Amino acid sequence: MKVADLPAGAVARRLRHGGLDLRLGPFIARIESPIPAVTEGITQLWAEAAVVERGFADFHVRLAPPAGLRRWFRPQVLFEFDGAAPFLPLPREQAFAFLEWGLNWCVANHAHQYLVIHAAAVERHGGVAILPAPPGSGKSTLCAGLIARGWRLLSDELTLVSLATGKVAPLPRPVSLKNESIEVIRRFAPDAVLSAPCHDTTKGNVAHMRPPATSTARDGEEAAAAWILFPRFRAGAPLELGERSRARTFMAVVENGFNYHVLGGDGFDAVATLVDRCGCFDLTYGDLTEAVATMDRLAQEQQ
Amino acid sequence: MAAGDHLTPLLLQPERAPRLTLADWDIVVRQGRRAALLATLATRLDDRHLLKTVPERPRRHLQAAMAIAHRHAAAVAWEAGEIGRALAFGDVPFVLLKGAAYVAAHLPPAAGRLFSDIDILVEKGRLADAEQALLVHGWVTTHHDPYDQRYYRQWMHELPPLRHVRRQTVLDLHHALLPETARLHPDPAKVWAAAVAVEGGAGLRVLCPADMVLHSATHLFFDGELDHGLRDLVDLDALLRHFGNDPAFWPRLLDRADELGLGRPLHYALRYTTQRLATPVAAAVVRSAARAAPTPLAAPLMDALFSRALAPDHPTCATPLTPLARFLLYLRAHYLRMPLHLLLPHLLRKAWMRRHPERPPARPLNGELREE
Repeated sequence: MKVADLPAGAVARRLRHGGLDLRLGPFIARIESPIPAVTEGITQLWAEAAVVERGFADFHVRLAPPAGLRRWFRPQVLFEFDGAAPFLPLPREQAFAFLEWGLNWCVANHAHQYLVIHAAAVERHGGVAILPAPPGSGKSTLCAGLIARGWRLLSDELTLVSLATGKVAPLPRPVSLKNESIEVIRRFAPDAVLSAPCHDTTKGNVAHMRPPATSTARDGEEAAAAWILFPRFRAGAPLELGERSRARTFMAVVENGFNYHVLGGDGFDAVATLVDRCGCFDLTYGDLTEAVATMDRLAQEQQ
Repeated sequence: MAAGDHLTPLLLQPERAPRLTLADWDIVVRQGRRAALLATLATRLDDRHLLKTVPERPRRHLQAAMAIAHRHAAAVAWEAGEIGRALAFGDVPFVLLKGAAYVAAHLPPAAGRLFSDIDILVEKGRLADAEQALLVHGWVTTHHDPYDQRYYRQWMHELPPLRHVRRQTVLDLHHALLPETARLHPDPAKVWAAAVAVEGGAGLRVLCPADMVLHSATHLFFDGELDHGLRDLVDLDALLRHFGNDPAFWPRLLDRADELGLGRPLHYALRYTTQRLATPVAAAVVRSAARAAPTPLAAPLMDALFSRALAPDHPTCATPLTPLARFLLYLRAHYLRMPLHLLLPHLLRKAWMRRHPERPPARPLNGELREE
């Protein structure tokens, strides 16, 4: 059963009482929250996520108002991981974004059966492109553009490289878009489902894009990495695709590894194997259509 | 055993693992994680080849916890060497305490143990030299507030924690086992004199077996705030089982407790390890240590408090009285550390600073969250 199959009101009811158990890629999260914005976010953006029976959950999370006067005065939301609050509260309107970020933290800190890289991952014709990049580089915009043109979304934020199989495991969750990217994607893909933007004082406006239903339906299918590609958006820049040395790619993957330090020798081997099998590139782009066409060409050549 | 404690029975009898349902594991993993004992449990299952009987989802968490514990052990062993090099530079001898000592001396509690810091002991007269040598090698103080500095330096048994500027590892530099102002104050010179070199440990030293047990007991029952009470009790259990194989250990332990004035913590240690973790200790030894038990009036109260606080600190283990028990033990720990005329102003200031921190709180950044 999917979230979208639950009868009206059931999502809110389960979130309020006892929790909603959802399968997100390889993980099961038990989510509790009395906050309407969380219900809305899940109903709208996680519509295709599988609702599973009560059993073992990997992550028990709760988004709730903190105690005290802040309940009424500039309301806030607290993210709890199994009853403990690892973070300071945020303004209430960011409750759903907080759920997304909090779950990322859960995965990065506990899923050590994977090398967890801060990167987007998308797949076409069986080959996965890993896009590691610092915020502001246009990684999520490119990722959103690609999935709007038929690439499969594996993840927007956390690339999971299985230590057992060496392949990338999907964790298709909403793509987080900031500021101008929101408008760019609205124009580029008018059919994409986007949440109403919420305002964050450090990031500006943030909106989420629903993953394509076909990506969520295939969220159990791992795929082999084919490219590691470092996108960089520069307004008005001509498209430039340059090869990048394996040594520099290796170091950049390590830098973007959330749990590289935990994995020790296994982590080193995983990165080395990954970099060895992939084409490594820098991609500078000023126009999303051009960038997507270049990626399509890469995928065609690979086939 | 506390009502909902699923973890302790499994630590005691890992053979029960194959009978657990997924719903049981849902609770065990969370309690183990909160108690900082998930990797310890994983190690015990692994030693008995039972890890493969655990269903895949919970097994992944057990394996992940083991991966973290392996990294911690490697990092602690390496860091101990670095500290040794730094202090050799100032010619300051030191002794490794607690977890770092278990790792360096390859003692059983090291298996699956997690670390937040490294504790070492130096002679009080050499504190300034130690601080200087460590500073040159990158360890700087974490508390810049003059009040905190004074609190530690005047009253405590350790300096404010030091943090390495590049590796971010935290080091606690002790000059005694308990605060200067504490009710119990074992003579640091005696403890220092009895310390032993680690076999093949490149000049590293640890407390002698009896002192190691007494320090662990003192830390748990007279110093700590018991947030990892069960983990500390599991440490004690593992130490007692290991050292207790030598029959000569027990009389030495009892004598040493008398000599250092640590009879009460030893009594608690033996009472609660035998009661809760079935630690094999001869009845005569338990009786002998019980001479230092609290009065018949206080004893049931202490039992009631510790029976709650020694369960995993997780909602599934909590009884209606657990929060009160933990709060009373928190007050007790502070009361044992300092006389009331020092303690009350200190606790008031702590409460005030918690509500009105001087630094602005951390905020999530770019989808990555900064922890509080």
